[in-house]
Amino acid sequence: MAVAVALQKKVAMTGNEAVAQAMRQIEPDVVAAYPITPATDIVQYFSNFVANGQVKTEFVTTESEHSAMSACVGASAAGVRAMTATASNGLALMWEVLYIASGMRLPLVMTVVNRALSSPINIHCDHSDSMGARDAGWIQIYSENTQEAYDNVIQAIRIAQHPKVLLPVMVMLDGFIISHAMENLEILEDGDVKEFIGEYRPERYLLDADHPITIGALDLNDYYFEHKRQQVEGLLQARKVILEVAGDYQRVSGRSYGLFEAYRMEDAEAAIVVMSSTAGTVRTVVDAMRKEGHRIGLIKPRVFRPFPARDLAEVLRGVKAVAVMDRSESMSTAGGPLFTELRSAIYELEPRPLAADYIFGLGGRDIYPEDVCGIFQRLLAAKPGDICSDPMVTYLGVRE
Amino acid sequence: MTSKAKSKERPGWKDLPSGGFILEPGNATKYLTGDWRLMRPVWDAERCIDCLLCWLFCPDGAVLAEGGKIIGFDYDYCKGCGICAKECPPKVDAIKMIREDEALEEPLSA
Ligand code: SF4
Ligand code: SF4
Repeated sequence: MAVAVALQKKVAMTGNEAVAQAMRQIEPDVVAAYPITPATDIVQYFSNFVANGQVKTEFVTTESEHSAMSACVGASAAGVRAMTATASNGLALMWEVLYIASGMRLPLVMTVVNRALSSPINIHCDHSDSMGARDAGWIQIYSENTQEAYDNVIQAIRIAQHPKVLLPVMVMLDGFIISHAMENLEILEDGDVKEFIGEYRPERYLLDADHPITIGALDLNDYYFEHKRQQVEGLLQARKVILEVAGDYQRVSGRSYGLFEAYRMEDAEAAIVVMSSTAGTVRTVVDAMRKEGHRIGLIKPRVFRPFPARDLAEVLRGVKAVAVMDRSESMSTAGGPLFTELRSAIYELEPRPLAADYIFGLGGRDIYPEDVCGIFQRLLAAKPGDICSDPMVTYLGVRE
Repeated sequence: MTSKAKSKERPGWKDLPSGGFILEPGNATKYLTGDWRLMRPVWDAERCIDCLLCWLFCPDGAVLAEGGKIIGFDYDYCKGCGICAKECPPKVDAIKMIREDEALEEPLSA
């Protein structure tokens, strides 16, 4: 198939700058935000675009993240495109309003720069913040690098506003590791982004004076359950829409995206499942160990909500052992959030792969190729019937 | 009243507008707030002097009047707050508040 890839500029930017550029090109009607490390640059860059007249966006500086998300909900309910960005405790402060945004089916797009949650106070990367919001009814998309963060933010607009979805989307990138690291990436022409996202025409909105509606009415035991079921339907439909949007985006950008990336999984007998920037480290180790003849692969989930359980199980069919690397601790004492979902997803596989969880990188703790190599060696040594999940959860890189 | 609302078939999740949006303006009248009532005002037409105080004070417009005369109560929306009984002149005392469970035997006066 001939792919008509649009003209693109190769630029060097930090992850935050790339997200801000994507927001400039999207030019949402409203951005309401409150600064928090390491997401501050995003809205700081964006406020420059507003001040310089490069965008016509209404920029609302609020007194807290709770208010920032509330202002976005108000703007979106009124009928316009609204965006914001936050991290860590800022996201935690939005928590109540996150559910309101998804319950009202408002297609907001928010970038979350992953950072550890207090306490103890820490500004560095882990996924505790967005994992805490995993059940809030938002679509969650995780980015490995600056390019993916840029591409995901643009695609998120189309996914969120799709009539079959109508759900808010959270796009994640790793705090400092990606948000503050300068990387090369390709960015689309402004016009191509505008054309890709299209004009936003909500079917129902508060300021439609010809069709007055009520939003946020009391919804008790006779209707609430039905509305929650509808939300699940939006997430079910999102799977297909995310793939359609990715297909359209590939035609414009030449870059391909799916629900996850399966790297060298064709004949793999052992696999690591890990999200975001750490996938880069694992990929390097996969390449190195493949050279030594080990049949190993990497799965990098991009979409965590909806969780592509069936698709992941399919790609793991025939794998002997799988390790999940969780950059957050769910405090369940039974593994991190990615592990519990992934292990549940592969429960029906026959034979069932052995599964182990590795909690790593909390509060920005570095991870090294040797650590990843050690995981693969353990997986490869597992024999059928081995209780690989002993220990079920390993704390990788913690001092004993 | 309540049984009327309860027996009505409610739409399933596929037929409801999403997001809890309500598309029909003014449809709050379909919600019979009288459902919640614990105490029922019972009106004594013999004692009533048609001063209309109850009609004036009722916060839900549930006292029905016609041509300057009280004609009864709208139990679909009367929430049983008792303001009407309180405002009825003490010497007249034409409205009594009785418990719904005790009132079940008696026919509604509206
Ligand atoms: S009890 Fe309250 S709501 Fe009912 S008629 Fe009297 S004033 Fe109105
Ligand atoms: S307040 Fe009492 S007397 Fe006056 S109209 Fe109402 S019921 Fe009749």
